Amino acid sequence: MEPRHTISVWVDNTPGVLSRVTGLFSGRGFNIESLCVAETMDPQVSRITIVSTGDEQITEQIIKQLHKLINVITVVDLSEKEHVEREMALVTVKAEDKSRAEVLRIADIFRCRVVDVSPNTYSLEITGNHEKIGAVLGLLKNHGILDVVRSGTLAIQRPKKD
Amino acid sequence: MKKMTGAQIFLECLKREEVKHVFGYPGGVVLDIYDELTRYPEIRHILVRHEQAAAHAADGYARASAKVGVALVTSGPGATNTVTGIASAYMDSIPIVVFTGQVPTALIGNDAFQEVDIVGITRPCTKHNYLVKDVNKLAYTIHEAFHIARSGRPGPVLVDLPKDVIQARAVPEFPKEIKIKSYNPTYHANPRQVKRALEMILNAKKPVLYTGGGIIMSSAAEELKQFAETLQIPVTSTLMGLGGFPGDHHLWMGMLGMHGTYCANMSISETDVLIAVGARFDDRITGKLSEFAPHAKIVHIDIDPSSISKNVVVDIPIVGDCKDALHQLNALLQEKTPQDWAAIRAQWLDTIKDWEKKHPLTYAWSDTSIKPQYVVEKLWELTKGEAYITTEVGQNQMWAAQFYKFKRPRQLMTSGGLGVMGYGFPAAMGVQMAKPGATVIDIAGDGSIQMNIQELITVVDNDLPVKIAILNNSFLGMVRQWQQLFYEKRYSATPMTAPDFVKLAEAYGAVGLRATKPEEVVPVIQQALDTPKPVVMDFRVEPEECVMPMVPAGKAMHEMLLA
Repeated sequence: MEPRHTISVWVDNTPGVLSRVTGLFSGRGFNIESLCVAETMDPQVSRITIVSTGDEQITEQIIKQLHKLINVITVVDLSEKEHVEREMALVTVKAEDKSRAEVLRIADIFRCRVVDVSPNTYSLEITGNHEKIGAVLGLLKNHGILDVVRSGTLAIQRPKKD
Repeated sequence: MKKMTGAQIFLECLKREEVKHVFGYPGGVVLDIYDELTRYPEIRHILVRHEQAAAHAADGYARASAKVGVALVTSGPGATNTVTGIASAYMDSIPIVVFTGQVPTALIGNDAFQEVDIVGITRPCTKHNYLVKDVNKLAYTIHEAFHIARSGRPGPVLVDLPKDVIQARAVPEFPKEIKIKSYNPTYHANPRQVKRALEMILNAKKPVLYTGGGIIMSSAAEELKQFAETLQIPVTSTLMGLGGFPGDHHLWMGMLGMHGTYCANMSISETDVLIAVGARFDDRITGKLSEFAPHAKIVHIDIDPSSISKNVVVDIPIVGDCKDALHQLNALLQEKTPQDWAAIRAQWLDTIKDWEKKHPLTYAWSDTSIKPQYVVEKLWELTKGEAYITTEVGQNQMWAAQFYKFKRPRQLMTSGGLGVMGYGFPAAMGVQMAKPGATVIDIAGDGSIQMNIQELITVVDNDLPVKIAILNNSFLGMVRQWQQLFYEKRYSATPMTAPDFVKLAEAYGAVGLRATKPEEVVPVIQQALDTPKPVVMDFRVEPEECVMPMVPAGKAMHEMLLA
């Protein structure tokens, strides 16, 4: 499989910018695995976190092409730096009779939060990196997942430690 | 300052950008601008007959004048008709600003009459684009649009103007300076990289300069000549780069690539250090990528970092303006102890001369039928190589590139990247507007010219004495050439009927001339050049002539077909 890259993009918070960014990916045949976007502390700037796959040359092109967009302020390939990644998933899983305890046990082991309860289901909030969420969903699948929604990846660079 | 309407602010902005010519076509939502235009005699509006021509004319104008070309059209179809012209300017990095009218902001998104999301449509083919929603931001946006179009790697910018913004009133603030925190092109090349590159070049045994449109855009022809002459490095260029190095210079090898000269293509296959300046390793240049310049270390100078290592991974990347980088190289060279480069380079230059002698650009002469190459050759001779040449796309374009020996930058305007049939004629109008006294010739095919022939009335109307030389072979020649060579002569949809171009020219009020025999070529060209009016020359040329040499698609550059 081609390497995954997590790219942070600071952009002007103006209409149409997201479309410029995603249009660039589709127009040039770059891959987007996930994408998250929200305002930063400066309301004029938004930060987009994109997970993409591709070899070194493709990633270099992605970064250069992003830089070329007039509304893009900075691009950082976090994969080259020390960083922390998190994703979130909300999942509603069947939980009846004897499986109710088991589902809660899994939730507990992976530090999930129960966000909704019904007589036959639990809705859980899972946070963690890509792999952890995959692992939890894998375990819950056995009990019957009724609905699931996953966020893209958020990533932040670790500060330099002196 | 008192309040002005959006239309007034718009025209005031054009004045401040020193815009003298606007190519356009009116319509419902831009009525107020056209109304205001009557009060601005210093801005000349040229009414085209199709909006595509407005964009191409602005492009031709920009190339010839080194200024920003301007087009003005209405919403909906007016806007969409400019898209081909914008996309062509984008591929060739030509600074134009296209203003499109838009339905009133309150109607945007309602599928109003003549509404189209032109900002969305042109997002991937403009350097940047804007929808102006507030008249207070109009002046700043227009200034920013011109700034972005002309700076860095130039390109087209579109500004969409809703009708209510054009009609609204505001006290305008005309900005003096533009600061965009996210846009700072690198002009100054990194001196350390330049030094490294020079060391590599000085140690090269068989260096080659491969130059592109960047030389012309950055006005670096003088610096290039000095560098090439000092180190006696042979030069080849892309289609976009023609004129960036004198076509009669002893170091000039001709164009490279799919229809490049044998000598230029062989030099790429043999070179040990390839110096790419303002070129982008397009597939029409490289042929089979894995076998492109197989023995070479590559230095690449370009203002656009994304052009570097996009197709071909390079050894020494230099991001910066071509002129600046070449200037630095020349300055460094002056500090070095002079060497006898002519002697050092003698063997390499001899090899190149041998290739040139072995397979020069040539064609088989015929006493009975006109060879298209002969027409271009005579155009070159009779204009003393001084004319501004535009081309359409296809065989006409390649023969123009091969047989007109361009002397100086900005002499050739051709749709290089996008390859737009129908570009040449409207571009020639733009060139003629920019260079009123000059000879401007569109070298065309019978297919291409029909794509924007309606502009004949525009040149007649505006007294633009543009000459059109149609190499009329009754075919879509280049496509037919591929069918001839690679599809066993199954001429599917390429034989083509054309109107009587002489009568057509006359119907429009232009002059029509025809040559059917070789001996008629020179008199027809001479008569056209002596006629101070638009002239259409219909040269009935050899129907199945092919452009040679040719590197078949996907083959390596040394695998040229020669005849």
